[in-house]
Amino acid sequence: MSEYAVIKGASYTLAYTPDMIIQDGATQVTERIVNPESEYLKKLPEHIRSYEDVLSYAPNQVYIGNMKPQDLDEIEFPWYDKKAPVNGRWGKCGEIMPQDEFYGLMQISDAFDLVELEAGFAASVKEKLAKHELFTEKHIAVLDKNAKFTEEALQAVVDDGGCGLYSDGKLVGAVKKAHDVDVNLSAHVMLENIANKATSVLSLLHLIKATGINPDEVDYVIDCGEEACGDMNQRGGGNFAKAAAEVAGFMNATGSDVRSFCAAPAHALLSAASLVKAGTFKNVVVTAGGCTAKLGMNGKSHVDKGLPILEDVLAGFSVLISENNGTDPIIRTDIVGKHNVGTGSSPQAVISSLVTDALDRAGLKITDVDKFAAEMQNPDITKPAGAGDVPEANYKMIGALGVKKGDLERKELPEFIVKHGMKGWAPTQGHIPSGAPYLGPCREMIVNGDISRAMIIGKGSLFLGRLTNLFDGVSFVIEANKGESTETSAVSEEEVRGMIANAMKDFAASLLAE
Amino acid sequence: MENQKRVKEFYDEYGVDNLVVIVGAAEGESAGLAAETVGLGDPTFAGVLAGVSLKLPCYHICEPEIKDEVDADVYDEQVGMMEMVLDVDDIVEEMQAIRDEVAEA
Repeated sequence: MSEYAVIKGASYTLAYTPDMIIQDGATQVTERIVNPESEYLKKLPEHIRSYEDVLSYAPNQVYIGNMKPQDLDEIEFPWYDKKAPVNGRWGKCGEIMPQDEFYGLMQISDAFDLVELEAGFAASVKEKLAKHELFTEKHIAVLDKNAKFTEEALQAVVDDGGCGLYSDGKLVGAVKKAHDVDVNLSAHVMLENIANKATSVLSLLHLIKATGINPDEVDYVIDCGEEACGDMNQRGGGNFAKAAAEVAGFMNATGSDVRSFCAAPAHALLSAASLVKAGTFKNVVVTAGGCTAKLGMNGKSHVDKGLPILEDVLAGFSVLISENNGTDPIIRTDIVGKHNVGTGSSPQAVISSLVTDALDRAGLKITDVDKFAAEMQNPDITKPAGAGDVPEANYKMIGALGVKKGDLERKELPEFIVKHGMKGWAPTQGHIPSGAPYLGPCREMIVNGDISRAMIIGKGSLFLGRLTNLFDGVSFVIEANKGESTETSAVSEEEVRGMIANAMKDFAASLLAE
Repeated sequence: MENQKRVKEFYDEYGVDNLVVIVGAAEGESAGLAAETVGLGDPTFAGVLAGVSLKLPCYHICEPEIKDEVDADVYDEQVGMMEMVLDVDDIVEEMQAIRDEVAEA
């Protein structure tokens, strides 16, 4: 049997996009159509946080790796009105990019001259990005094409069906439509897709830095976001993965997109680990960008309750899955849970299929898994919106199932939730929270010996696409690497031969003695 | 929204005497909201039951009236785990309050 793939590293990035909340968030876009004079739209700008506040928001600092998930236990809930002990832009495995630079990155990520930036704005962005250690001269040079773009020229683009890019409400750029008739190539869709690609690119660049991988050695990239790209003849044709890999400079890679709403990252990771374990590829990257439509998604609830708009960042992540190196945590592609077509939709059926069925087959109890990571949504965002504390609800269900299986006593349930669970820190960007944010911290905890086994659970709501009412999900287990690489097993074989030889000698000696 | 439409269709087909609505919401508040919607009308005025009082009896799956009607093994297999997780007392209290309101209306 070939060896399990390992998690070599992960990167996590955020882009703070305050103007995009107002312009491009689906809640706000819809409100402008159905109720343009609404109180909500009037109040909204007052509820948008500053870049500094976004930097000093503890869940964001956990996301980019400057704080550990368990550090959130030390901060009294809610978190939005507390300052994190760290507030840097640069994280251990990513960054929180400000909006102006992100517009520049959108242009760098645009292959069809659809993104235009006002000349002066572009010059200042170019200066900033030139200081960013991850962008090459070739990247930065893309910003040289803006000299002729005045505010009037950009306004003309917007008037012709384009989408404006704003900074403090001022028009500083625009995304043109990519076709006169095809809605799939409208400016709105192109803006969503380019923003998604740009956030994925940012994460890929940080992945190179975080893992030290030579970009030429990446064989395959899998995108697991929630956008679709294509034209009217192939609306979801793809391929975000290869498009982002091109900008990140993975010259020897191809790729493809995996989709299953919020469950997609778990599907993609499983595919990546399987491709590596099968020997098809040596290095596979799983990546995802963020979603402009989800900016301010629960904004009405937040504004109603006097809270800041907490959905103000586009998130991205990338993970490198590689051949077993004997040290990094392994992905147990043989301890896998899946929600089948016939599984049913009751919470019990769902959690059993994803958690206990997989563990049962491997002879493991629920308590044998040190940490579970399912939907790691930040409760600061979901609780005021009436969706409760999603991670906690998952841990309660997993624990309750453990009680039913006899793995723990009912009175141990609260302790189980604390010990085997975590507080959520991920932005509510659909696919982003789904297990994936824990991969980085999980790798570190396993390598440091803090834990030895974790389970990643992806869950998705397929009904949103109106093709099926089914739920979806897959899960897998990550374990400490016991260092049984190919080389050591070859040595073991020799050792075994030696042991047999010695045993034969001993046996012969004992016979002679008799 | 879609559920409201379906409840209304069932109501038109079977009538108030032949229909009980069973909900499985995770919290008392949301379960109560569903009960209010099918009893007194949609309080958010967003769906087809806005301003329409069907007076349908509504119970949560964890309430004893419903639990006792279900085969114990099936119940344990489908609901046992969630029963342990949910605040059943809070749900029962909320649902009863709405049923009382519907009875008085």
